[in-house]
Amino acid sequence: MDLQHLIFGKLNIDSVPWHEPIIMVAGGGMVGAAVLVLGLTTYFKAWPYIWKEWLTSVDHKRIGVMYIILALIMLLRGFADALMMRGQQALASAGGHGYLPPQHFDQIFSAHGVIMIFFMAMPFIIGLMNIVMPLQIGARDVAFPYLNSMSFWLTASGAVLVNVSLVIGEFAHTGWLAYPPLSELAYSPGVGQDYYIWALQISGLGTLLSGVNLITTIFKMRAPGMRLMDMPIFTWTTLCANALICAAFPILTVTLALLGADRYIGTHFFTNDGGGNAMMYINLIWAWGHPEVYILVLPCFGIFSEVVATFSSKPLFGYKSMVYATVCITILSFMVWLHHFFTMGSGADVNAFFGITTMIISIPTGVKIFNWLFTLYRGRVRLEIPILWTLAFIITFAIGGMTGVLLAVPGADFVLHNSVFLIAHFHNVIIGGVVFAVMAGMNYWFPKAFGFKLHEGLGKVSVFCWVVGFYIAFMPLYALGLMGMTRRLDYMNNPVWHIYLIVAAAGALIIFVGILSTIAQIVVSVIQRDKLKDVTGDPWGGRTLEWATSSPPPFYNFAELPPVTGRDAWWTLKVKGEAHKAPAHYAPIHMPHNTPTGFLIGVVSAGLGFGLTWHIWWMAIGALLVMIGLGIAHSFNENRDYYVPSEEVAQIEGAHLQRLKVEA
Amino acid sequence: MSHPATLGESLETQAHGEHHHEHHDEAPKVTLGFWIYLMTDCILFASVFATFAVLRNATVGGPTGKEIFELPYVAVETGLLLVSSLTYGLAMIAMEANKLKSVFTWLILTGLCGLGFLGMEVNEFAKLIHEGAGPDRSAFLSSFFTLVGTHGLHVTCGMIWLVTMLVHLKRRGLSAANRIRLMELSLFWHFLDIIWIGVFTVVYLMGVA
Repeated sequence: MDLQHLIFGKLNIDSVPWHEPIIMVAGGGMVGAAVLVLGLTTYFKAWPYIWKEWLTSVDHKRIGVMYIILALIMLLRGFADALMMRGQQALASAGGHGYLPPQHFDQIFSAHGVIMIFFMAMPFIIGLMNIVMPLQIGARDVAFPYLNSMSFWLTASGAVLVNVSLVIGEFAHTGWLAYPPLSELAYSPGVGQDYYIWALQISGLGTLLSGVNLITTIFKMRAPGMRLMDMPIFTWTTLCANALICAAFPILTVTLALLGADRYIGTHFFTNDGGGNAMMYINLIWAWGHPEVYILVLPCFGIFSEVVATFSSKPLFGYKSMVYATVCITILSFMVWLHHFFTMGSGADVNAFFGITTMIISIPTGVKIFNWLFTLYRGRVRLEIPILWTLAFIITFAIGGMTGVLLAVPGADFVLHNSVFLIAHFHNVIIGGVVFAVMAGMNYWFPKAFGFKLHEGLGKVSVFCWVVGFYIAFMPLYALGLMGMTRRLDYMNNPVWHIYLIVAAAGALIIFVGILSTIAQIVVSVIQRDKLKDVTGDPWGGRTLEWATSSPPPFYNFAELPPVTGRDAWWTLKVKGEAHKAPAHYAPIHMPHNTPTGFLIGVVSAGLGFGLTWHIWWMAIGALLVMIGLGIAHSFNENRDYYVPSEEVAQIEGAHLQRLKVEA
Repeated sequence: MSHPATLGESLETQAHGEHHHEHHDEAPKVTLGFWIYLMTDCILFASVFATFAVLRNATVGGPTGKEIFELPYVAVETGLLLVSSLTYGLAMIAMEANKLKSVFTWLILTGLCGLGFLGMEVNEFAKLIHEGAGPDRSAFLSSFFTLVGTHGLHVTCGMIWLVTMLVHLKRRGLSAANRIRLMELSLFWHFLDIIWIGVFTVVYLMGVA
């Protein structure tokens, strides 16, 4: 018995929920898909390619693509949770009990929130930043390419832990922010809470390192001549979002570490006894959590700014006010966290202060909305997929913003707190703001990353289903919230609510069709890639430097760093007739070697998280030592970079220019 | 340069010759990146400090700071850490003068001071836990152990880095890459010193006041 505990910790054969058919089918599907992918890779003997070109790659474009693949996979997982919740509430609101037992329902809403924020939205946005930002500033890679690879693999490792929890053990049942005292050992003795802590700690470390990396890239690696006020807006929002990551994620690390200390070594930070203070957790987690909202949405504002300017064929209206609005939001985002718990008794003065700061945020946000509208105004708007997402966003986000201002009134919040009105509000801004943006961004930059456009018809189906589905799924929740329905209910016998929940479930199904069309869009586009080919590297008539390269860009991005004299640098070059010109001579290019270290550290970190979760100490300690060892060993690697010979550069560039000529 | 070339300098010039471009590019990038990292660490400590400030009076019948802190003992600890910062500074001066041997000497002295500091801290922790004043006794002690322990953990990381640094210097002398590393470790080490001044003031001095 003791030996078993030493080797396996809390893990035993009963840790797998054999008797829960839903989990076993879902888990079986996941394992099956993984086996299929691994099997196909082996069958096609693709391992050397995958290893050399992807797993060990330090190329920011490859890493960005991997981030987005992770995000899309996790979108499916998180959306499956959403469908199950909608199904349960529709079934359990008119006398029936639904099909999910309460402890499973609780895990589903916790997993849904955690997955959608940490493992869908964050990787999607960091992926887009990775692919686009270095190209926009005319850089050849990020400042620390090896660190970038490690950041991704740490994030992926956190996602793996969340998925493993489905089959081995359980996930947290404490909601996406795991409030204590419920998340303390006394009330959540299972491993689900520990999976939560370690998955977020490991992926959070990856995110923090990304933040350091991307800020340094923007400050130190802009093309010659590019001043801060010449940067594309997406780069500006990337800068601000990463500044927020650096300022906010350490707070999350501390908060989860303190909760972990309570659970593992018996401290009393947030416990009911021993002088603990659960309210401190709630303050700390939201001091991270509110900036996190802006970490997600600021880059999305950047995406829309790029899309609006490109497809209106004119410079962005009010560039400077856009930058100042972004910076204002960055700063204000740290001054509003208390509005997440107005009802917790801070008193009228404090609530009034935070209510006012919250409403103030709508001012710079409103500035942005007007900037986009005035950019569209009298522009020659081409209604391609990215701009359709943008139009859907402007309307949807404005509605979500208004319900937000409503919730910012402390008196109203006392009625609406923790109701499904709140759920409708934040889905209104997160789906309307973040999801629509990443879909716009994916459609906009896909040809840049892969050299062919995404299929337009299926893209339109996706826009249509998402927008219609969103309104049908969430508008009923506003009404239900006003009727007094609280969030996270697994059972409610109220025939009046039933019809609204049926409508909401139907909306979720329409969104599901939208997600399926996105997948179909990608598959069909890959099949028809020759038809959808983009030879020019500039399929949309772009304005910023990412469109100056071929699609996909060569691994070194730019043969010669592009000269920048102002905003919309690529547009300027095109107007002056200096675009697509071969330089007088090519110089050798200094590039980093690939390294497996980031990948290996990521893989081992999953072992660290698993060992800690299950109290398998040898595994945890061993994994930690291996990670430190790998990091130190990497520091002794002297052979980190090399020069691409000028002949190779000339050959690659010559081929691209030749293709351009043939096309013309 | 007028002074005789040392081993470090010859390696340095060699490095200059081979990689003329990159370390002019690398050093400011790495330094900025490292500064940003340090600022994130600063926020991490700020959160732990805030936690301590909230919980410092939650002794729930257990010992208070006044009862368990021994200022003279902590003063020696503080002294060791301050001296280690001085010796690290001298190592950097030696690096500027390309004196590899004295860099080694000062770094090893820095490491010994750090080791002494860590030893004293572990001893203090062990004594408190032995007396029943462990981190599980009260929220005050939870936050005390966490704040001081987080600093101690950083010093431990610094020690691992220091040892790695010595191996790097042994292998490559004062190469361009090693100069950058010495600079970053220097920032890290002084940063921990500043944090300790905060710990000493907020935890110990204000704790016994």
